[in-house]
Amino acid sequence: MRSIPELTDERELVGLGTSDDASVIKLNEEQALIQSLDFFTPVVDDPYLFGKIAATNSLSDIYAMGGEVLSAMNIVGFPSCLEIEVLEQILQGGAAKVKEAGAILAGGHTIEDDEPKYGLSVSGLIAPDQLITNAGAKPGDRLVLTKPIGIGVTITAMKGGMIAEEEDNPAIEAMITLNKEAAEVMKQVGVNACTDVTGFGFLGHLWEMVSASKVGAEIEFGQIPLLPKVIEWAEMGLVPGGAYRNQEYISEDIDFAANINEAKRDILFDPQTSGGLLISVVENKIEELINKLDERGVKAVAVGRITDNTSKIKIKE
Amino acid sequence: MIKIDARGLNCPEPVIKTKKALEEENLVVALVDNETACKNLEKLGQKLNCSTEILELDDDFQITLSQIEEEVASSLTSAELEGGEDQNKVYFIRSDVLGNGEEELGELLIKGFIYTLTETAPLPKSIIFINEGVKLPTLNKEIKQNLKILEEAGVEILSCGTCLEYYNLEDKLKVGEVTNMYTIVERLNSNPVVTV
Repeated sequence: MRSIPELTDERELVGLGTSDDASVIKLNEEQALIQSLDFFTPVVDDPYLFGKIAATNSLSDIYAMGGEVLSAMNIVGFPSCLEIEVLEQILQGGAAKVKEAGAILAGGHTIEDDEPKYGLSVSGLIAPDQLITNAGAKPGDRLVLTKPIGIGVTITAMKGGMIAEEEDNPAIEAMITLNKEAAEVMKQVGVNACTDVTGFGFLGHLWEMVSASKVGAEIEFGQIPLLPKVIEWAEMGLVPGGAYRNQEYISEDIDFAANINEAKRDILFDPQTSGGLLISVVENKIEELINKLDERGVKAVAVGRITDNTSKIKIKE
Repeated sequence: MIKIDARGLNCPEPVIKTKKALEEENLVVALVDNETACKNLEKLGQKLNCSTEILELDDDFQITLSQIEEEVASSLTSAELEGGEDQNKVYFIRSDVLGNGEEELGELLIKGFIYTLTETAPLPKSIIFINEGVKLPTLNKEIKQNLKILEEAGVEILSCGTCLEYYNLEDKLKVGEVTNMYTIVERLNSNPVVTV
């Protein structure tokens, strides 16, 4: 994508350059507009659940910048051979999440497609001085993660019939949990940087953060919350192709301790759908951040710290 | 040997198909058309204790997985040698779990129990499976393997015929013999019995 010319404009506060979660354009001194869109093919069979997951995922980019969601529009691809009820259920699932986000569902567009696709184009607002990008992490900061990882491996195991696709499945639960509460708390506490963990996996998004911030990171694998059984499934070969691509892209910058075996590495590169927020916060605020997140029902965990070893990530046991 | 053509199948289908085939046969040859599937099958092989060979063809990969069983078998010999004439107890196994409580725990415990029998001297004279116990020599692969080791070491493995029939498992019995109530009673009467 680097070959596409970047058109710079002084109104643009966040653009393509730092691989951040969304575009941010300054409207006036008090307000900036955050825009993002995302859509994908079904990750689960249940259309209502798929709608919820896709919408939660799309909305997340606004939250990762610390913003509030203003409005959303549906992006839909749908095959003519499928019953229209399926489309209705997808849209109902999406609408439920937009409503929960407190946003306006402002319309959308559907095209005929071989495979169903769904997502949202989302607009959010933020005061320019409150913007939280992925480029503000400082050496000494602690890193906090708000959802468990291993979602991609779990989806693969689900497709392979190893586990049922139900709402109380912890992976599904994670995917349909809005990052709204987490975003509100981090804005209230004040943090240095944030990104949401999605397709590039935990390490891919952490790498983007440390590169944009010109810092490094040290992670304690044992602290990272994992979904149940994901190590076993990764060992069994239920690893999505994206995990291998993520690994190829950045593996030279990652220094793994000897006892981080292949399955653990696969989980660290596992592409997440609608993952949690990865937050970089100054040391003396970490307790406040984790406690306040806990009060809102967000189980956040400290997983490592920011170092001055630019663009390098070290993974300890 | 089972051959699987998993070309054109999306992740995780090649892994699932190969895993199922390895439950039937010890040697499986899978053909896949992408690197992800190839790497994933390599992992499956490691996990299931297989020796894995990869052949890169023009556009595809051919992965041969053969399950290794010798290692477990060789670990038996010490127990087997020490066993000798003390080998006179009959284990009467009445359930597919060990003890009362959470089922998951019970399954783990019975697996561990059968494995430990292969490792401990003296070996039993007979192991009799009755009622839900017959699910062990028929459905649980790991237990089946360990029972085979015991059988080779001279332990008599008996499964209740009525029970196999009741649970529709007659075709699944690959270790030991089918028995009837006369034989069961005779074994229980003439030997020290451990009821599990």
